[in-house]
Amino acid sequence: MLTYLVRRLILVLPVAFGVSVICFLLVQIAPGDPLTAIMPVDATAEEQAVMRAAYGLDKPLPVQYAIWIGNLLQGDMGKSIATGRPVASEVFGAVQNSLLLAVSAAIIAFPIGTALGFLAGYFRDTWADRAVTALSITGVSVPNYWLGIVLVIIFSVNLGWLPSMGAGPGGSQSWAWDWAHMRHLILPAVTLAVVPIGIVAHTVRALAGDILTMDFVQALYAKGMSRFDVLRHVARNAAATALSVMGLQLGYLLGGSILIEAVFNWPGSGFLLSNAIFQRDLPLLQGTILVLALFFVTMNLIVDVAQAAIDPRIQRT
Amino acid sequence: MAQTDFAADAPAGRAPVAKPQGYWAGVGARLVRDPITMLCAAVLLMLILAAIFAPFLGLADPYKGSMIARLKPLGTEGHILGTDEQGRDMLARLVHGGRLTLFIGLMPVVLAFFIGSALGIVAGYVGGLTNTIIMRTVDVFFAFPSVLLAIAISGALGAGIVNSLVSLTIVFIPPITRVAEAVTSGVRALDYIDAARATGASAWTVIRVHVIGNVLSPIFVYATSLTSVCMILAAGLSFLGIGVRPPEPEWGLMLNTLRSAIYVDPWLSALPGVMIFVTSLCLNLLSDGLRSAMNVRD
Repeated sequence: MLTYLVRRLILVLPVAFGVSVICFLLVQIAPGDPLTAIMPVDATAEEQAVMRAAYGLDKPLPVQYAIWIGNLLQGDMGKSIATGRPVASEVFGAVQNSLLLAVSAAIIAFPIGTALGFLAGYFRDTWADRAVTALSITGVSVPNYWLGIVLVIIFSVNLGWLPSMGAGPGGSQSWAWDWAHMRHLILPAVTLAVVPIGIVAHTVRALAGDILTMDFVQALYAKGMSRFDVLRHVARNAAATALSVMGLQLGYLLGGSILIEAVFNWPGSGFLLSNAIFQRDLPLLQGTILVLALFFVTMNLIVDVAQAAIDPRIQRT
Repeated sequence: MAQTDFAADAPAGRAPVAKPQGYWAGVGARLVRDPITMLCAAVLLMLILAAIFAPFLGLADPYKGSMIARLKPLGTEGHILGTDEQGRDMLARLVHGGRLTLFIGLMPVVLAFFIGSALGIVAGYVGGLTNTIIMRTVDVFFAFPSVLLAIAISGALGAGIVNSLVSLTIVFIPPITRVAEAVTSGVRALDYIDAARATGASAWTVIRVHVIGNVLSPIFVYATSLTSVCMILAAGLSFLGIGVRPPEPEWGLMLNTLRSAIYVDPWLSALPGVMIFVTSLCLNLLSDGLRSAMNVRD
């Protein structure tokens, strides 16, 4: 197990390096000068040169990358061009809000998806199976930003039960564990949960169906084991794969909540990202994407290690 | 996926075929017998034809607004699907909107299919250092959730149709490359490839004659399964304001601009999303149908 962990950790390093290169290059592919957003239109060439040197933009690309990555390793992600505040503090505040949303969606989606998928796999080729399959195809096909709008129309506009935007009363940015704040979480979390419900149900259905037709299940029944105990064996066989799909989905939920955050004005990383895009605040864009991607990489790592811990067959490959 | 491969799922109960027929004839026959797939294909064909021939269908001008006819409800005389927040005919805009939405939603997968297949086949056939370079680069792109990568590249490049096409193509090249490489490595290990090489055939000849025909169906089926995500992402970019620019009719953009009307006429403002949903549902079901008709297993 320890050698597997070390090997897997070593494999992460080149990926993390690649991620940092892509995030660095994002700013380079952006058209125009990164300084145009803050420089007055009538700035003289001399003033521009001073600013360029101040931001280190006058050095060759590899040097700029080295300086950038050096600062990054010390926790310095530069300053937001629009607000002048450190990118790191802006990003971490927003990521916390996104994480709250993603974890809430996961708490809704994973048990429901697992239950539905298992039901469909167990009662394969019955009406229950067909209903779950139809539901999961609908779930992965629905554009979730549109579903968010539809839910707002039903529950905010027509019924007036739930608020349609923000993370708290009066546009509050801070979070508290009371009903006034929790109400704001319900619609975005449910909207975000729909796609993973479909994906988890689909995966668990295939897994359960496959494992139930395997010889060892017949053998367990034949030796007189109770139905419940047999299902325990089936669950344990399915756990590693199901867990890896769920772990990946949690990563997707955090990175993919951007559109939902835009629909509900949720003050998370997606909100920050769209602000960064529209104000052409490239350091902020770069920092947000870097943090989200590194979170996703870490999530994948945790999933792989957990999978190996559950299923010893994986370590050998 | 590798863990589920050992499971037996032989296609039991398939009707016995009377006389041997070609692979594609079999695929066609299975597709025709599948009512859901045929229905989805028909709906998609209708949407594509309507989009292509939109200017000749005698619809209202999708760009011409009217200050006095704003946000007319569904069923209004002369505007069957109502009018949008600038008084433009919704039916005309939805039909015309299909042109850009379907183009930006499908084209990236087509482009990524060619580029990704080429990269994957080369990586899988040549192996060695070439494989390492291509596949480790692909791994890096897998570190980004697809939505994030699409928004990151589009956000950096700025709004515009070409920029959306570029960013979505980049998003879909890595997954297609990975599948192409896996399938090609499998075929590469088979005896008939060794036999072909032993006769002195060049790498290009072996790939062209023996590899492509055997790897293209699974890659193609996989690519079709990505079209629905690509549609949703393409419309999503416009919804965020970093895709198609106004006043072009495009479903994602229309969904965004109509949000201001959500308290005036809520169901009207949800219409463009219905188009995205129906298209993406049909794409998913069609891809599933193709997968089972072509006997490709994931």
